[in-house]
Amino acid sequence: MFRSQVGREAEALLLPPGGARPRRWADRTFRGALTAPGLVVVLLVAWIAVELTGAAMPAIRRFGPAFLWTSRWDPVHNVFGALPFVYGTIASSVLAVVIGVPISLGVAIYLAEIAGARTARLLSCLIELVAAIPSVILGLWGIFVLAPWVRTVVEPPLAAVLGWLPLFSGPAYGIGLLAAGIILAIMVIPVVSSVSRDALRAVPQEQREAMYALGATRWEVIRHAVLPYGRSGIIGAIILGFGRAFGETMAVTMVIGNRPQIAPSLFQPAYTIAAALANEFSEATSDLYLSALVEMALVLFAVSLLVNGAAQWLVSRMTRA
Amino acid sequence: MTTLRNQALSDALARAEPAGSVGAWRLRVERLHAYFGRVHAVRGLSIAIAAHRITAIIGPSGCGKSTFLRCLNRMHEVVPGARVEGRVYLDGEDIYAPYVDPVTIRRRVGMVFQRPAPFPTMSIYDNVAAGLRLAGVRDRRRLDEAVERSLRQAALWDEVKDALGKPGTSLSGGQQQRLCIARALAVGPEVLLMDEPASALDPASTSKIEELARTLRETLTIVIVTHNMQQAARVSDNTAFMLAGELVEYGPTPQIFTRPGDHRTEDYVTGRFG
Ligand SMILES: Nc1ncnc2c1ncn2[C@@H]1O[C@H](COP(=O)(O)OP(=O)(O)O)[C@@H](O)[C@H]1O
Ligand SMILES: [Mg+2]
Repeated sequence: MFRSQVGREAEALLLPPGGARPRRWADRTFRGALTAPGLVVVLLVAWIAVELTGAAMPAIRRFGPAFLWTSRWDPVHNVFGALPFVYGTIASSVLAVVIGVPISLGVAIYLAEIAGARTARLLSCLIELVAAIPSVILGLWGIFVLAPWVRTVVEPPLAAVLGWLPLFSGPAYGIGLLAAGIILAIMVIPVVSSVSRDALRAVPQEQREAMYALGATRWEVIRHAVLPYGRSGIIGAIILGFGRAFGETMAVTMVIGNRPQIAPSLFQPAYTIAAALANEFSEATSDLYLSALVEMALVLFAVSLLVNGAAQWLVSRMTRA
Repeated sequence: MTTLRNQALSDALARAEPAGSVGAWRLRVERLHAYFGRVHAVRGLSIAIAAHRITAIIGPSGCGKSTFLRCLNRMHEVVPGARVEGRVYLDGEDIYAPYVDPVTIRRRVGMVFQRPAPFPTMSIYDNVAAGLRLAGVRDRRRLDEAVERSLRQAALWDEVKDALGKPGTSLSGGQQQRLCIARALAVGPEVLLMDEPASALDPASTSKIEELARTLRETLTIVIVTHNMQQAARVSDNTAFMLAGELVEYGPTPQIFTRPGDHRTEDYVTGRFG
């Protein structure tokens, strides 16, 4: 933003006042032609927001803000509280970030600081392929491979060692919050690792050399010079991953168990907003039921916009820094 | 045959020591070659650097000054594909011997770069303390003392003593470069390498840095790369002229600038090329 403003001022200084008129005009038309599609997108987003708000109005009037923190979801009696879905969405996304971010950071550090150019390119390519897997396929893999593996291999030892914590208590289901978190982590790793890798690559070589020159080892250079310099980009990457996780629908729906409950244990089934929307729209029999679903959609929409906006802002800062 | 080669070597070394200067050699470089992959940047350079003197390296852009300098504290090998051959002795110890840890060499031979690069997420204090912390110093009193001493040495203390918690990047360009000098001094090096330390600075900051170099010479040995001939003439005791990766001439600064022995040196210092 800053740069383009400076650019425009410089341009104004460089152009002769008289002779530039026709080019100016052409320039302006060209700029207009390019801005129009952008405007259309903005209008579309605004329109969706208005439509969603309108359709959600009956539920908003009926339940007020308490919609977000009451947990009775009872279509038979037309009582709707979204808390279990809000909880499931947040919990599965947080879990995805907790599992996915350390792996992504390790990958990013390896790609940006350690691997040779050829290896880095190959590995980046493979990781981007993971992002290209349709989420239904990941979901199927989740049902047939991941969930049984979680039930038999992951959950029993966790319960044996950490079972005294409510988080890891209760019977091993396989299908549930933990499986959803793992699936989401897999889906989040490509974004987080590639954006973090770019953030680390954007760190000027001078920063590394300044740290080396003080007697730092390679690891200390990464730890004290590279990571701190790239931190806003990395935080942006994490938030971006978060945004990716809680908008994700298909794969989560297939492995999370779809039960609107708030259980302390990660082994238990849960439900997310996105999954509820996908599953329940077709069976929403009453107007209020439909309106409550739309209100959840509105919440998801607003939070997605906010989170992605924040992430974009942070990531764009790293290229300016 | 052997005698012939020894003769050649001692000739080279004789040329590598500036005539007329006496005293201890801090650094002694023998037949140094430096490569970037296939690029042969330093070609068999031998030189001896006098202790507590300022040695200027001059020469046209791309002649290998920076590369040579970076061989003196094993920074060259940080670049992927870079390679060094030859010997560099620091107080008689070969810094390229297989058992030598480059980290310890870099603590003894500090470096200041062309563009000031303070660590942006660190305060002024933390910038200066960074090297000591790497070396494992945790004692607050010792850190405080070292930070103050280094900032005083870098002639920056009076300007920043009330703002030590501010980010290092909040300083002006000239102050940032002095901060980087303080940062390098804090670890207590014996040698300070400066690669065109003033080329990105205004004239006032430049003369501050030059003045600083003159005073630091009491405690340190300084090797400074510069493409600014007046600067070399003003600050240095000895001057080495490089061309295409080789050492053309080396001697006391006044001699290099007034009575050069090689016509290429003469052409360069009189501004006829480069
Ligand atoms: N990172 C690098 N990779 C490949 N070649 C390099 C690199 N850095 C410098 N060189 C080459 O090495 C030679 C010497 O460069 P340098 O030491 O930076 O010169 P100077 O500091 O005298 O201007 C030049 O030919 C330059 O192109
Ligand atoms: Mg250079």
